[in-house]
Amino acid sequence: MKLGATLGRGLNMPVGSTKFAWRKFWADSALAYLFLLPTLAVLATFSFYPVVRAFTLSLYDWGLSPDKEFIGFQNYVEVFHDKVFWLAVRNTAVYIIGTVPVQIILALGVALLLNQKIRFRPFYRLAFFVPYITTATAISMVWLWIYHDQWGLLNYILGWFGADPKKWLLDPRYTMMTIIVIGIWKIIGYTVVIFLAGLQNVDRELYNAARVDGANDWQGFWHVTWPLLSPTTFFVSITSMIGAFKVFTEIFVLYGGKPGPLRAGTTMVFYVYEAAFQDHRMGYASAAAYILFFMVLFVTFFQLWYAKKHVHYDA
Amino acid sequence: MKPIAGFTLWKRTRGGLTHLLLLGGSVIMLLPLYWMLVTSLKTYHETIINPPTWIPKVLQWHNYLDAWHAQPYMGRYFYNSFYTSIITVIIEVIFSVLAAYAFARMTFIGKNILFVLFLSTMMIPGEVLLVPNFITIAKLHWMDSYKALIIPWTISVFAIFLLRQHFLQIPWELQEAAYLDGAGHTRFLFQIMIPLSRPPIATVALLKFIGSWNAFLWPLLVTNTPKMRTVSIGLMSLMQDEGPQYHIWMAAATLALLPVLLLFLAAQEQLVESVAKSGLKG
Repeated sequence: MKLGATLGRGLNMPVGSTKFAWRKFWADSALAYLFLLPTLAVLATFSFYPVVRAFTLSLYDWGLSPDKEFIGFQNYVEVFHDKVFWLAVRNTAVYIIGTVPVQIILALGVALLLNQKIRFRPFYRLAFFVPYITTATAISMVWLWIYHDQWGLLNYILGWFGADPKKWLLDPRYTMMTIIVIGIWKIIGYTVVIFLAGLQNVDRELYNAARVDGANDWQGFWHVTWPLLSPTTFFVSITSMIGAFKVFTEIFVLYGGKPGPLRAGTTMVFYVYEAAFQDHRMGYASAAAYILFFMVLFVTFFQLWYAKKHVHYDA
Repeated sequence: MKPIAGFTLWKRTRGGLTHLLLLGGSVIMLLPLYWMLVTSLKTYHETIINPPTWIPKVLQWHNYLDAWHAQPYMGRYFYNSFYTSIITVIIEVIFSVLAAYAFARMTFIGKNILFVLFLSTMMIPGEVLLVPNFITIAKLHWMDSYKALIIPWTISVFAIFLLRQHFLQIPWELQEAAYLDGAGHTRFLFQIMIPLSRPPIATVALLKFIGSWNAFLWPLLVTNTPKMRTVSIGLMSLMQDEGPQYHIWMAAATLALLPVLLLFLAAQEQLVESVAKSGLKG
């Protein structure tokens, strides 16, 4: 009877005898699995299996040749002893720190400005959002041209302010900066849109009440809007950080398939890419990829833990 | 004429300041795209003068033809990108509608476990899967084929959740009525659920098309002949083969961006809305 009742709720109708209910349950289950079959097949092949496979691969010394040697955690040890790996970790950290907070602050500012009844609002939103959907390779070509040391737009504009032309793409000191600028430019519109949606949920009444009580713009923002917006800020910081871990294409295009001058643009994904597809060390690359995986997990869990203490989910 | 009170004056200044800031920001955001367009219409010699010109002296439309012919397979690259993007979108929509319906409206054994399992895949960074998936493609002898470009990307757990969320909002009464009329799950899904869910389906399709069109690393790895390469990779070959012909590069980049830009302009509201929603759902 209990089952009949559950199914009855599921279909919102009386189901009758228990026997009928069971038959219906099995038939439904079979159909459900039929519906899920294609998804399960693809996920099993290209998501579940490779997670396991990457780990087992990481325990072997293997370079696409027939001989494959089990070496335990030797690859991991080697990764940790590689200076270039630590350079990649450092560069990825620089990229994350250079893009995530800056873009969040800028996007929040833009969203606050846009969150008013103003003219040309759709135009502004469009202008900020367009870069987000652009093709990374095409747009990196454009930036490559902008960064050109002789004819580039950037040096020309900086020249208005009396700055000397810089060799943006040739000087390793600027390598991370060149991709950080593209990263911020590309993601900011996404964050603006998310913040605008989050601001819709901020109770206008509460803000007005604070204003009536004598709070100024800044106090109203700091004591009402900012705390109420914290779930959105949290979401944005997690997604943009996970996204920042993946940076690859911009470097590849800007530096002609190489990780920048003197490897100054080696990021973690670039490191995995080089190990696997240039040095053909599949086991070693898998070990590096797994370390990357755990770093992403660690940072995500750290943020979740931090959010538990500081994010206000209720008004 | 009413005199402007101090309050109104402040409001006007503030309004002006808002527009000034937003306009400045918009100019910076659009400048690279403008510069791409302008450069694409210059002669080679006009690209290498200082100070640069903001508007080309004579519009060089033939740069686009030159860019198109700069690579013997340019047409093929575009065809491949369109083909893989469109087929990926179609398969993704079919698969995720079915899966989303199962999760939204059916009772079956192991539902909760599967749900959690699906969710967990969103935590895996794609880079971990790169090496084993590359090996899988090689073992299946899918290298340099459309299958390799399409099939791994036909499932988006995000799309399944977005659609499920929408399906859950369709009233149960409709299902009940359909059931009494003799429509089972399959008929209900195709005759009622899908027609009622056009906006979220369009959203999912749109996001997939853009993602697929913009893909770079995966197509780079699994294709190795020009006839299978996509636009993104074609641009790289063009840069290597042509040398620093910036006007041609920019024309090619404009061509490569055109499909997503047009799609974006046509479906702007929907796209922005869906991105906003994805953020709220967390």
